[in-house]
Amino acid sequence: MEIGLNHYLTVGLIVFLAGLFTVLTRRNAIGVLMGVELILNSANINYIAFSRFGSGNYDGQIFSIFVIMLAAAEAAIGLAIVLGIFRKFETIDVEAVDTLRG
Amino acid sequence: MIYAALFYLIAGITVVSALGVAFSRNVVYSAFALMGTLLGAAGLYAFLGADFVAVVQLLVYVGGILVLTLFAIMLTHQIADVQVSNRSVGRLPALALIVAVGGAMGYAIHRAPWVRGEVKPLAPTTFGIGESFLGPYLLPFELASIVLLTALVGAVVLSRKELRD
Amino acid sequence: MDHPIEVSYLRWIILIPLIGAALNGLLGAQIQKRSGRGPIIAIACIPVTLSFALAVWTFLQLFGLEPAQRFLLDDMSRWIHVGSLKVDLAFWADPLSAVMLLVVTGIGGLIHFYSAGYLDEEPSLWRFYAYLNLFMAAMLTLVLGDSLLTMFVGWEGVGLCSYALIGFWYKEWANASAGSKAFIVNRIGDFGFVLGIFALFWTLDSVGQGTLVFREIQHQAHLLQGQTVFGMAAATFITLMFFIGATGKSAQIPLYVWLPDAMAGPTPVSALIHAATMVTAGVYMIARLSFLFAMAPATLAVVATIGCATAFVAATIGVAQNDIKKVLAYSTVSQLGFMFVAMGVGAFSAGIFHLFTHAFFKACLFLGSGSIIHALHHEQDMRRMGGLRKYMPVTFFTFFVSTLAIAGIPPFAGFFSKDEILWKAFSSPLGSPALWLVGSITAGMTAFYMFRQVFMVFYGEYRGGHSDHGHGHGTHGHGDAHGAHVPHESPSIITVPLILLALGAILVGFLNVPGALPAPVVGHHLFDSWLDPVLAPSAHIVTAPEGHGVVGEVVKETEVFAEHVEHDPMEYTLMLTSVLIALAGIGLAWLIYVRRALSADRFAEVLGGVPYRLVYNKYYLDEIYEVTFVRGALALSRLLAAFDRVVIDGIVNGSALVVRGASALEGWIDNHIVDGTVNLIGAICLWFGNRARSLQTGHIYSYLYAIVIGVAVVLFVRLI
Repeated sequence: MEIGLNHYLTVGLIVFLAGLFTVLTRRNAIGVLMGVELILNSANINYIAFSRFGSGNYDGQIFSIFVIMLAAAEAAIGLAIVLGIFRKFETIDVEAVDTLRG
Repeated sequence: MIYAALFYLIAGITVVSALGVAFSRNVVYSAFALMGTLLGAAGLYAFLGADFVAVVQLLVYVGGILVLTLFAIMLTHQIADVQVSNRSVGRLPALALIVAVGGAMGYAIHRAPWVRGEVKPLAPTTFGIGESFLGPYLLPFELASIVLLTALVGAVVLSRKELRD
Repeated sequence: MDHPIEVSYLRWIILIPLIGAALNGLLGAQIQKRSGRGPIIAIACIPVTLSFALAVWTFLQLFGLEPAQRFLLDDMSRWIHVGSLKVDLAFWADPLSAVMLLVVTGIGGLIHFYSAGYLDEEPSLWRFYAYLNLFMAAMLTLVLGDSLLTMFVGWEGVGLCSYALIGFWYKEWANASAGSKAFIVNRIGDFGFVLGIFALFWTLDSVGQGTLVFREIQHQAHLLQGQTVFGMAAATFITLMFFIGATGKSAQIPLYVWLPDAMAGPTPVSALIHAATMVTAGVYMIARLSFLFAMAPATLAVVATIGCATAFVAATIGVAQNDIKKVLAYSTVSQLGFMFVAMGVGAFSAGIFHLFTHAFFKACLFLGSGSIIHALHHEQDMRRMGGLRKYMPVTFFTFFVSTLAIAGIPPFAGFFSKDEILWKAFSSPLGSPALWLVGSITAGMTAFYMFRQVFMVFYGEYRGGHSDHGHGHGTHGHGDAHGAHVPHESPSIITVPLILLALGAILVGFLNVPGALPAPVVGHHLFDSWLDPVLAPSAHIVTAPEGHGVVGEVVKETEVFAEHVEHDPMEYTLMLTSVLIALAGIGLAWLIYVRRALSADRFAEVLGGVPYRLVYNKYYLDEIYEVTFVRGALALSRLLAAFDRVVIDGIVNGSALVVRGASALEGWIDNHIVDGTVNLIGAICLWFGNRARSLQTGHIYSYLYAIVIGVAVVLFVRLI
């Protein structure tokens, strides 16, 4: 079968679901962040696929570059926060940091 | 033919790695699985003719973000205790949700009448992307640099030790 | 009468004593404390003297006018103008009120001076003089008022002052209750007076001529014919009501019981109020309204009968009294009865003449008794007096002269006036021989008990200073060598008024010499003719046959005199008889009390002493009143008080309980239901808040779940 748009989209979907699962089930804060990276990557795959098969111009790719850049920024900040949490609570278990509970 | 097989190979690496990230017990294993996913994604980009993006992915994502994540893992691990902070909770509800969402999205993918455009032949994209960045996409480009600056400052602030008067 | 002369000085006759009363009443205590009794006496006596001067001036002004025009009007101010009732504060001087003015201010003035001597030891002199001046003002208002309302103001005012003055020494219970008795009994009479005013106005108003001004009533009186009130002829009802007022004020049966008790007041008060002025107000009122009374022969008959009965009964009581003032009190009641007899038979001016002469000799008698009481340091029992002729000659002389006058011995004043009444009682169309007979017997008794008094007090030996008394032991020569001192004559401030009044008692009789007797120099019936412009029309109605005498016509003197010209020989006979009866009374008193030829005790023992005891105790009338009216009123008031306490207070307390119960209920509702609702809402909010709080788990993955679920929902919705 001709490798078409749907293949790429399916791949992107599986990665997305994996990332979603990671986000929802991981107890490690950094694990949750990794899940977020997966979701972002799946979005990137979709963008590039649509850029090639949908519109034919570079817009999707430019978007992907931006996404990557933002992912980098977010990862930096997120990990800084995780480090802060580790400093305060001596652990990065997300179940343990519930002092905001009402 | 080889094209398709290669595609399935790279796609398989990506998917398996992603599943590894999700189901792995050890967070370090998850990190390396993430590296596999990122590499697989870069390969997929190359397949789709986005050579520049693929390289950027490798450089930034793998070389920057993944390294940063590994650093964070190492910093926050109780070295003696590798296992403790990796258990996962509530797998079943998550699975149910995943299935529901996945089902819905899969349905959407295969039934939606995607607009197909002209498939251009593979060509180097760097020049075009560069021109776009300094052309129509100038503003987002500049804003992106500001965001990065802000993130940098924020990260420094957040990771500072508390001030002692 | 239709065109009175407008003057503006009549009001001062009343206002000047009023100012004196205000000064003494408000500032008297301070003045007396600082400056002594002199200024108080001056503040009191000067106004009365000024009023007397004004009264003389009024008289002279009237005298200078034509008889038909002798009417003065002083309209002081507008007073009541409501609906058809128009009454102004105005004063009216005509011959009748001029006579009363002179009596009131003249004798009142003498008594003001007399009181300065009589009350020489009284600490509250300022209060006495304040009340006395106030009384003068009120009595003058009564006399000078030109309408029934103004007269009523004065009527009530003299009642009030009488109460205040009788109970002047109020610290003694007997004095205070005597004052109350006077006022209450007066009030009963005043109720009749007020009803008369109402009835008069109402009947006149029903034909559109409602008025209370005397001269206007006189014009409209004929409108009363044919109207009825409560089934009675209007004129009869109205005049009866007015007469009830007169019985209260002038102490006739059945409302005379207050006058003897009123002797508890100081003697000048008794002289002024209860001899010369206040008690004569009833007679004056009837004279004022004579035109009304002339239209009601039935009332006139009642008046004459009650007057005659009162005269007789009072005389019988007076025979047995031992207190010097009580004797005089009962004699006053008796003489007032004579005046009412005169009014009742239509001899209005004869009644006024007797009022005039009586004022002189009765005031003299009271003041003389006051002189004695003062000299004996407030001894009033005649059984402890005697032989005062030696010690108090001036008092004796004036007293003796006045007693001759009251006994009706010519040529003293009482003879002329009393005789005129007796003659008119006999000869008037409204009179009868029976009236004359009872009147004559009363006159005899009057002579008897008055001379009994004279003999007991002034003759024989002085019995004062003993514990035992009785007319057989008067020979203790050392009676005056005991602790009691020898009485001596009173100072001249007391004796001069006595002399002046005695002179009056001697001379004023000649003002009204009847046509039957010769009258050189003075002429006949001066007094009657003076009063003609006022009283003649009424007298004419009474004496004239039907068809004559429409009220409002001014009748000429000569027509009225027509009856007097006849010189009925009966008149001489009756005149002689009355003199003989008087002499017989004097002789009997002489025999019993001076010669001791007859024993008074024997008289008292007749019929088992019952008549004596009956008479001595005033026929137990006070006791009868006590049992019936007084106790009845007290029981009624106790009943009403109980009703008020139980029923009305019960209702009030019950309603208070209901209110408290209602408010408690409402409070409960407010606390539980209203507050409960509010609290319930708050609790619901809290419950929701608690539930909602559980959303904030603080766990990251629950937040993530929420996000994802939300996205999934959106997806599904978009898909489907």
